Amino acid sequence: MSTRHDITLTVNGERVTRLVEARRHLIDFLRLDLGLTGSHAGCEHGVCGACTVRVDGEIVRGCLVLAASLDGAEVTTIEGLSDSGEVADLQDAFVARNAAQCGFCTPGMVMAAADILRHHPDATRAEIREHLSGNYCRCTGYQAIVDAVESTLTARKEGVR
Amino acid sequence: MNDMPTPASIGLSREDLPNSYIGRSVPRPNVPKLVQGRATYTDDVAVPRLVHAAFLRSPHAHARIVAIDTAAAAKVPGVVRVFTGADLAKVCDPWVATLEHLKGMKSAPQYPLPLERATWQGEPVVAVVADSRAAAEDGVAALAVEWEPLAAQLDMETALDPGAVVIHPALGDNLVFTRTAEKGDVAAAFASAHKVVEATFVTGRHTGVTLEARSILADYNRAEGTLTVHHSTQAPHMMQGVFAKQLRMEEGAVRVICKDVGGSFGIKVHVYPDEVAVAAMARIMGRPVKFVADRFESFVSDIHARDHRIKGRIAVDAEGKILGFDIDDRTGIGPYSVYPRTSAIEGNQVVNLCGGPYDFANYRCTTTVVFQNKTPTCQYRAVGHPIATAVTEGLVDLAAEALGMDPIEIRRRNLIRDDAYPYTSPPGMRFEGLSHHAALAKLLEMVPVERIRADQAEQRRRGVHRGLGFASFIELTNPSPFMYGIGGARISAQDGATVRMDPDGSVVVLSGVTEQGQGTDGILRQIVAHGVGVPVERVKVITGDTQTTPYGGGTWACRGAGIGGEAALQSAIALKQQILQVAGTMLQAAPGSLDIVMGEVVERETGRARMPLGELGRIVYFRGDTLPKDLARELVQTRHFITKEYPFAFTNGIQASWVEVDVETGIVKLLEHWCVEDCGRVINPLLVDEQVRGGIVQGLGGALYEHCVYDEQGNLLTTTMADYLVPMSAEMPEMHVGHVETPTNESLLGAKGAGEAGTAGAPAALMNAINDALRPLGARVTEQPFTPARILAALGRI
Ligand code: FES
Ligand code: FES
Repeated sequence: MSTRHDITLTVNGERVTRLVEARRHLIDFLRLDLGLTGSHAGCEHGVCGACTVRVDGEIVRGCLVLAASLDGAEVTTIEGLSDSGEVADLQDAFVARNAAQCGFCTPGMVMAAADILRHHPDATRAEIREHLSGNYCRCTGYQAIVDAVESTLTARKEGVR
Repeated sequence: MNDMPTPASIGLSREDLPNSYIGRSVPRPNVPKLVQGRATYTDDVAVPRLVHAAFLRSPHAHARIVAIDTAAAAKVPGVVRVFTGADLAKVCDPWVATLEHLKGMKSAPQYPLPLERATWQGEPVVAVVADSRAAAEDGVAALAVEWEPLAAQLDMETALDPGAVVIHPALGDNLVFTRTAEKGDVAAAFASAHKVVEATFVTGRHTGVTLEARSILADYNRAEGTLTVHHSTQAPHMMQGVFAKQLRMEEGAVRVICKDVGGSFGIKVHVYPDEVAVAAMARIMGRPVKFVADRFESFVSDIHARDHRIKGRIAVDAEGKILGFDIDDRTGIGPYSVYPRTSAIEGNQVVNLCGGPYDFANYRCTTTVVFQNKTPTCQYRAVGHPIATAVTEGLVDLAAEALGMDPIEIRRRNLIRDDAYPYTSPPGMRFEGLSHHAALAKLLEMVPVERIRADQAEQRRRGVHRGLGFASFIELTNPSPFMYGIGGARISAQDGATVRMDPDGSVVVLSGVTEQGQGTDGILRQIVAHGVGVPVERVKVITGDTQTTPYGGGTWACRGAGIGGEAALQSAIALKQQILQVAGTMLQAAPGSLDIVMGEVVERETGRARMPLGELGRIVYFRGDTLPKDLARELVQTRHFITKEYPFAFTNGIQASWVEVDVETGIVKLLEHWCVEDCGRVINPLLVDEQVRGGIVQGLGGALYEHCVYDEQGNLLTTTMADYLVPMSAEMPEMHVGHVETPTNESLLGAKGAGEAGTAGAPAALMNAINDALRPLGARVTEQPFTPARILAALGRI
């Protein structure tokens, strides 16, 4: 057993207060304490990216962050990102290109891809591959995912023009 | 047969046949929930009174369990109960994984938790159940087990030697199974050959690494006497039977539910002792118990595969005609054959498949399957195919090199002619219809060989070493009972589908095949929409529940589309006929003069709309009083399908790989990859193409990075994803996929499997590409994975 900490933070725009064990990592906190099961645990040691979520605007690996350290933080999960409509076009592109097969990697993949859309609007295919290279997918050949991100970037640029 | 019109087959655009969804890239209906994080995997299922299991796993490859002290564990806060092998044996019988048609095969009884000995490092030995997984792990840490370490048999090469440690003394030795297939006169063929070349190939032991780990939640209801199991599995009906049999229950008292499954690849079609233990503990406790493997547990307890050493020889004449293959395969499968498919099938497949694409007369191939103290191996995506293809295609390239012949030319001279079917291969595989030459021609349209060869020569002058490799392959799909059923396993080769129309004119299909990401739901929806005559949006697909779907085998060995799809098509057509009977009565028209197009009953001749299905549904369900008394009005039909003519529907294809080898570092860079495959009728190109690409990546992963490495004591060293390397997006090449369509005549749909083609051929194509790059340097690699160290060693640099 370990010590417990009181934390208050914002998750998907809602304020939540919980008493958490010191050893509770963010992904278990989201899944078990808040019932936000869209984020997944694939390896729990920072390699697979299935647990990718946004904390204070930057993507992090939920399995490497302790919930107790997040007092006052702002967390966005795939559920919140979807509801906000921020990446609806990217999600449509995933559907259109069959960029999700079993879907277990997909929420983390979408979170990581959303980061490309925000910070690297001019990313090339190679850069997209590089940026997603911390997200493991066993089902697709990655190509459909890269296609989906690339076509979304292109469509957004054309929309701006 | 095969007279089902598709727009392409009758030269129309799809607008002319709005109903036809076969061959169209329709997006899958279940992807929106996946991209929004709204899926329900087993770990997401919430039930009241849930407790969580964690396992103490053997720290030794082979050890006697002297004593288990559970007292301290039982006192850990949150711990509810501790179970040993003896506790579970009271409610759960052991199983033995053999198949009668694999002559002489033997294995030992396996319990959910062992009674006396642990036989591999990672074997589950004691279970702790607690109110959270974390508390259960605390409980495991407090267990005290006294071990007596025993000598372990790790090396498969010495497993049959006189001094070997016999893992199951009652069996007498470590031999699980051996088989030799022989045809023609191998000795004479090799004696008279113009050239004989030989090589030893090793395919590294690797594993599936499904991103969703194995997961199970079992709940026993004492009042009803029923066991409900939420399970991440490919074969719910098979598991229903297994749980019932091992726990001494009626099959009908067990229900297996698979909601979303996070990848399978053959990993989730086997019986795992920890999962059976969970069901047994739920049975004893009368409450729900959950177990989700963590990544360490996945590496040590998911089945491994492909641990083979193969010595091969090929004989050719002066024109490059293949005279014969002579092959000896050895594989180690761990301490138990895995239930119920057995661990002898992979070796058996090597015997069945070597030389598969080629027309030759003389063949000898032996497989020897032995026990060892490592994680059990069993069927993993493309079972045996990547091994047989690497050996065959490696030898063919070596023969071409010895003859000074182009690798494309030697294949062209030896591939079975496209008009030679039906054809029986030397080990006795029967091919209904393959298209090797058409596939090769198609591949050569896609691969710019001349440009690549020019670039290769140019780069060589600059000291950059690039290589192009090819690999033809065959793939076994749509298995009949000849695969498992004849051996006594309760594994269904038949599958069923129920299709019904609801009052609003929408259609529901319940199918025995399952979805783990392949797109089963998507293709079933298209097939049923096509068969009934409704828009795809009006079809809902239900799979993965033994209580509601027709009995079936599930999804494995590429049978989802070919078997499950055909059952769905037949029931959809039957439902359409039934609807037209009713419509004929309502509209005072001969049923044969009517048709259903996009959810509307129309006049067949003119296309004039007569009645929407919603109106027909309204009358049937709510105003049945207005219909003639004797009118049959069941708007539901069930059909089953099983293949009867051929034991398997073989598919074929060819791949090409273009790589650059850094001769200073030994690192292989994948530049581009091509695959042409013939899976019969393509139902949805969008799904097939990415499925093939995913398969290629899995094959490339096994050939380049993935390896289960053991130390001398039999400890698995690669137990994290930082140690066991998997392919990631940055390293993977752009892949081009092409198709040739040779539908099977066994079904109206004509579909064969497509899921394993990529994995079957990619390692061989890659190996041949690397060796093409290394050839001018006099180096060659045949041992997978092709790590930098192995490449540098081949170059003599380390
Ligand atoms: S679960 Fe966090 S990176 Fe894998
Ligand atoms: S879709 Fe299955 S792991 Fe990516």
